[in-house]
Amino acid sequence: MADDQVQEPTDEIPERALPENAVLLGLAEKFESIQWRLSSGQDVFEVPKDSVRDVALAAHDAGFEMLSDLTVVDYFRQRTPRFALVINLLSQQHLLRLRLIAPVPADDVSVPSIVPVYPGANFYEREAFDLFGLEFEGHPDLTRILMPDDWEGHPLRKDYGVGSIPVQFKDSHQVK
Amino acid sequence: MSDQKDTRKVDVWLSGTEEPEWLVESTDEGAQKMAVSEPDSRRLEQEGRSFRDDRLLEDELTPDDELMILNMGPQHPSTHGVLRLNVELEGEIVRRSKPIIGYLHTGMEKTGEDLTWLQGPTNVTRMDYLAPFHNELAYSLAVEKLLGIDLPPRAVAIRLLMTELNRVSSHLVALATNGMDIGALSMMLYGFRDRERILAFFEKTTGLRMNHNYIRPGGVAADLPPDWQEDVEFILDKVPPRMLEYEDLLKANPIWLGRTRDVGAITVEECLAYSITGPTLRAAGCDWDLRKAFPYSGIEEYQFEVPVGERGDVYDRYRVRVEEIWQSLSLVKQIAEAMPEGDYKTDDRKVAPPPRARIDESMEALIHHFKIYTEGFQVPEGEAYVAIESPRGELGAYVVSDGGAKPLRMHMRTPSFANLQALPVMMADSIIADTVATIASLDPVLGDVDR
Repeated sequence: MADDQVQEPTDEIPERALPENAVLLGLAEKFESIQWRLSSGQDVFEVPKDSVRDVALAAHDAGFEMLSDLTVVDYFRQRTPRFALVINLLSQQHLLRLRLIAPVPADDVSVPSIVPVYPGANFYEREAFDLFGLEFEGHPDLTRILMPDDWEGHPLRKDYGVGSIPVQFKDSHQVK
Repeated sequence: MSDQKDTRKVDVWLSGTEEPEWLVESTDEGAQKMAVSEPDSRRLEQEGRSFRDDRLLEDELTPDDELMILNMGPQHPSTHGVLRLNVELEGEIVRRSKPIIGYLHTGMEKTGEDLTWLQGPTNVTRMDYLAPFHNELAYSLAVEKLLGIDLPPRAVAIRLLMTELNRVSSHLVALATNGMDIGALSMMLYGFRDRERILAFFEKTTGLRMNHNYIRPGGVAADLPPDWQEDVEFILDKVPPRMLEYEDLLKANPIWLGRTRDVGAITVEECLAYSITGPTLRAAGCDWDLRKAFPYSGIEEYQFEVPVGERGDVYDRYRVRVEEIWQSLSLVKQIAEAMPEGDYKTDDRKVAPPPRARIDESMEALIHHFKIYTEGFQVPEGEAYVAIESPRGELGAYVVSDGGAKPLRMHMRTPSFANLQALPVMMADSIIADTVATIASLDPVLGDVDR
């Protein structure tokens, strides 16, 4: 490794990166816990999972009228915390997109639901519950949506194999 | 083209108002009227235009044993695939409904994690099978955003040409199935006939009518065929006169109006709350189009308008789709005229394979070719969300890369999935006969919903 030198501890708190856009800046200043960064030129807020609903509510009030997308990424054996809840918001009045990313540890998968803020999150949170096993507190009807009701496991997790199903009739005699 | 567009004034008659002269004359026996003995309130109720909206009061509720739960689907022909609906009926009135989906779920996002970045379009193109080019474009744009590559102008223009043609073919199917579901069976045959003209061009260019795998990260799979201009002109000659015929068929048809006006209405606020995009949002009166708001692939260089409705009912959604066909045909004409010469894929050899001739003469080209098709190209670590305007609304691709040759996560934000959440809102307190018209006007594609 190149930098073997031990960095001297400083009393200065590293300056928090803040977005230039006034709307995003207002949001970032409202919550101390928000970490802003640019990812491929797109604005990303990293938020603690417990404040997802509060940040979503503040974003909604700041002009983000619509929830574009809600999904989960599983960084199995790559990162801790293991999951990342990804929420894409859209503001039509400010022509802005904003991504909220909330890390979720594998041993505590409960996240506050944002359905009270964005009713459109209903199907998306059910999908995230179905395929990743995240539990959304306060969701009106957290049931499986894509997989059958009696399915076991959460298929989009990285430790869930692609699997196979038994082939039917494979031992039937061949027609000659 | 757009100068041929139907600009005749249309007299629209709303049921419940006095019948205008032209309407009585338009059919042999005059328009049908309700019996005079029926009181107005009863008539309005039968037409689904009047309902009690104070059902939240406890004493107004119908006892549970008078409500009926009816299961529609998943094999009902007018559910556009395998959509299943649970509707709670009070007499003929739908009080509550719940879409139940997942019958077509094939785990495409899981499959996507096992395919290389270049194989990705083969997978995503099967999601919205009526608009395969849009799926490929959204995915490719997201991957290119991570790669940070620029495309030659011809590749970008070919992509736009194909997606706008695809919008026409998809909307023709929407008109066709919308007509079929309401009983205009001839519209079904006409719509599919004209779509076939466009699919023939797709087949000539890409080799397949659907599921093309044509738009790929780095450009497109092949150049346009040598006589592509004649083919596009053929489409531009044949479709507009037909569109005028379909206007005659439906635009002022009293039966069509009666079945679609003020049916399944939704407001802009409800659309925004439930993440509903596309023609449904525009029909409600919001001029939101991602091609204008966040232009992609140089679409801002061409002239087009965003059609907007007023009432957000089934008729307005039908009108918005018709107007979008005209706008897309005009776009196709502009793109075809301005089609630049040059390469149809990037010359970045780490992403796009070299031309076939180079493989015979260059060892390096052979290695590049081999590497791309065996282990695939690597995409820098990062994540990106790119959305485009598909015929059904905002189609987004969210891709996450860990620096490898396969995506760590490949998620598609499909418009039909979100739009289905509108059904309970649109259908609440409407009569059950309107259910099918409402579903058809949303134009859901179940492959797009279930992935």
